[in-house]
Amino acid sequence: MYKKNIYEVKSNRRIAEDVYRMVLAGDTSYLTEPGQFVNIQLSGLYLRRPISVCDWDGETITIIYKVVGTGTAMMAAMTGGEKLDLLTGLGNGFDTDFTRLLPGQGILKKEDGTYSWPDGRSVKAAVIGGGVGVPPLYALAKKLKKEGAEVVAVLGFNEEKQIFGYKDFADLGIPVCIATLDGSVGVKGFVTDALKNIDFDFYFTCGPEPMLRAVHRLGKERGVEGLLSFEARMGCGFGACMGCSCETIAGTKRICVDGPVMKSGEVIL
Amino acid sequence: MDMRVSLSGWTLDNPVIPASGTYGFGYEFAQFYDINILGSIALKGTTKDARYGNPLPRIAECREGLINAIGLQNPGVEKVISEELPRLRTVFKKKSIANVSGFSVEDYVYTASQFDQQEDIGILEINISCPNVHGGGMAFGQKPEAAAEVCAAVKKACRKPVYMKLSPNVTSITEIAKACEEAGADGIVLINTLLGMRIEPRTGKPIVSTGAAGFSGPAVKPIAVRMVYQVYETVKCPIIGVGGIATADDVIEMMSAGATAVEVGAANLVDPYACKNIIEELPVKMEAYGIERLSDIIGRAHV
Ligand SMILES: Cc1cc2nc3c(=O)[nH]c(=O)nc-3n(C[C@H](O)[C@H](O)[C@H](O)COP(=O)(O)OP(=O)(O)OC[C@H]3O[C@@H](n4cnc5c(N)ncnc54)[C@H](O)[C@@H]3O)c2cc1C
Ligand SMILES: Cc1cc2nc3c(=O)[nH]c(=O)nc-3n(C[C@H](O)[C@H](O)[C@H](O)COP(=O)(O)O)c2cc1C
Ligand code: FES
Repeated sequence: MYKKNIYEVKSNRRIAEDVYRMVLAGDTSYLTEPGQFVNIQLSGLYLRRPISVCDWDGETITIIYKVVGTGTAMMAAMTGGEKLDLLTGLGNGFDTDFTRLLPGQGILKKEDGTYSWPDGRSVKAAVIGGGVGVPPLYALAKKLKKEGAEVVAVLGFNEEKQIFGYKDFADLGIPVCIATLDGSVGVKGFVTDALKNIDFDFYFTCGPEPMLRAVHRLGKERGVEGLLSFEARMGCGFGACMGCSCETIAGTKRICVDGPVMKSGEVIL
Repeated sequence: MDMRVSLSGWTLDNPVIPASGTYGFGYEFAQFYDINILGSIALKGTTKDARYGNPLPRIAECREGLINAIGLQNPGVEKVISEELPRLRTVFKKKSIANVSGFSVEDYVYTASQFDQQEDIGILEINISCPNVHGGGMAFGQKPEAAAEVCAAVKKACRKPVYMKLSPNVTSITEIAKACEEAGADGIVLINTLLGMRIEPRTGKPIVSTGAAGFSGPAVKPIAVRMVYQVYETVKCPIIGVGGIATADDVIEMMSAGATAVEVGAANLVDPYACKNIIEELPVKMEAYGIERLSDIIGRAHV
């Protein structure tokens, strides 16, 4: 279910070059899964701006966004106290039920809500993010961890001054591996270079399309499935305009309502 | 206060109808509010066969509007009737308006005839004005003879009222409207989107995949109002006014120009409650302007 509501900007801080973390206060009851997004109205701009939910609790929604144009620049100038009109609860987020994600492999769901292999081993999950594709993976990593998965985060950036989120993931007790294109921090290259020596049973990824394509290919080579989160220029964000439709193996899907998260076995990349 | 209007013998509770392509098949909006408050719903443009539409990106923003290059994505008339209409029926108890598109006269007749047999379709809206497909759509709406040919053929094959949805991308809108009326059209719907383009300053390339695409939203309202005004002076059949409507004042303006009912397009995308807000605001504005019966104001701009 979706909801349109007014939210108040509680804080808005710069966390890396051109990247800001904004906390919004208001109704969060329509958010159900990590990977969902909100669609933000900004005064004077005709279309809303879709931004992923990074994290939420009973009263606040946290988003992390990069300034790339008029709308995000307007957001970056906010200092707190502003009222914003948001659609929330949009999109199908990341499913974390490994009995569904790894069907027919005997995954067990225990009474405490955690998952494991039949022999009791934890499920190894890689969360792979590139740039502003990293934010939705935070709430996801938290949930996976709570549900007993052994999580590793692999985050890719262009260069050192663009890095954010390292500490957030590390504070969850998750090993974090950074890849930078210029090699200024961590592994030099793409997230797929960082993934070379990392072994996982399933992956979750969000980032620019070339990265999604590379991760998808790597998964295929290793015979590992995953969930990928996509972006598109959107008219509405809730399924009405067909502005975001893409072709998949399972037919035409709207990224806004049938996605943004899609299965690796379904997407055409 | 009386908001009812009548389209070819069908009485609507109010003149507010979401425009084709901006309201899906209705049920997405039922998540936001009870859609039975609407006058009716114009369904997503439907063709004989399923269509994926154009490649992404399909959407570009502009000041007070947007450009869309959807390209008539739809599952085809058979699936619309077997899957979408039943789903809409669970949340919407009124009749809707079928929006029919095609690539040949035979296509139009085939698709329109399928909808003609559906009890919960009130009007057949024949879209001869889609700017986003080649070899069809708008091509039929740019020549009076071609528009009349589609209209006459559909009219001959169907019993329900036939409304022709016209393109503003023409030299004389009145000539086309007149040709349609003479060919038997029961009503005229205008306008569909204008042909527009946005170019990304960084890359210097058009933003949407088709380059030029359909431009609509508040920015086009004066054009729509002018065209409705001109067509009102040319035809006797009812007109449904479309283009940039977002408020109750816009509805009153469009009806004053000569529209019997209105369709709300782009506004639904940016505010899913747009139609609801307009319907709730209408009585307030009627009261303020001393309008007792909304149907009284149709065409009052004309002397
Ligand atoms: C589901 C989803 C989740 C997203 N999550 C995030 C996030 O968590 N953090 C973040 O920084 N960005 C995110 N984005 C991208 C973000 O929506 C764009 O960066 C933003 O809309 C740019 O707006 P602007 O006004 O600054 O740019 P402008 O270029 O001025 O915008 C003009 C138009 O193009 C659209 N547009 C431009 N770039 C994009 C893009 N990459 N994707 C979609 N629409 C675009 C805008 O929405 C607007 O309609 C997400 C996009 C989608 C679809
Ligand atoms: C995303 C989008 C999709 C549309 N699809 C259709 C369509 O399938 N058939 C049609 O007749 N008109 C279609 N239109 C045109 C609208 O129905 C309407 O005529 C036009 O947008 C002008 O109204 P507006 O300014 O309120 O948007 C579409 C418009 C938009 C914005
Ligand atoms: S953005 Fe409108 S259907 Fe997805």
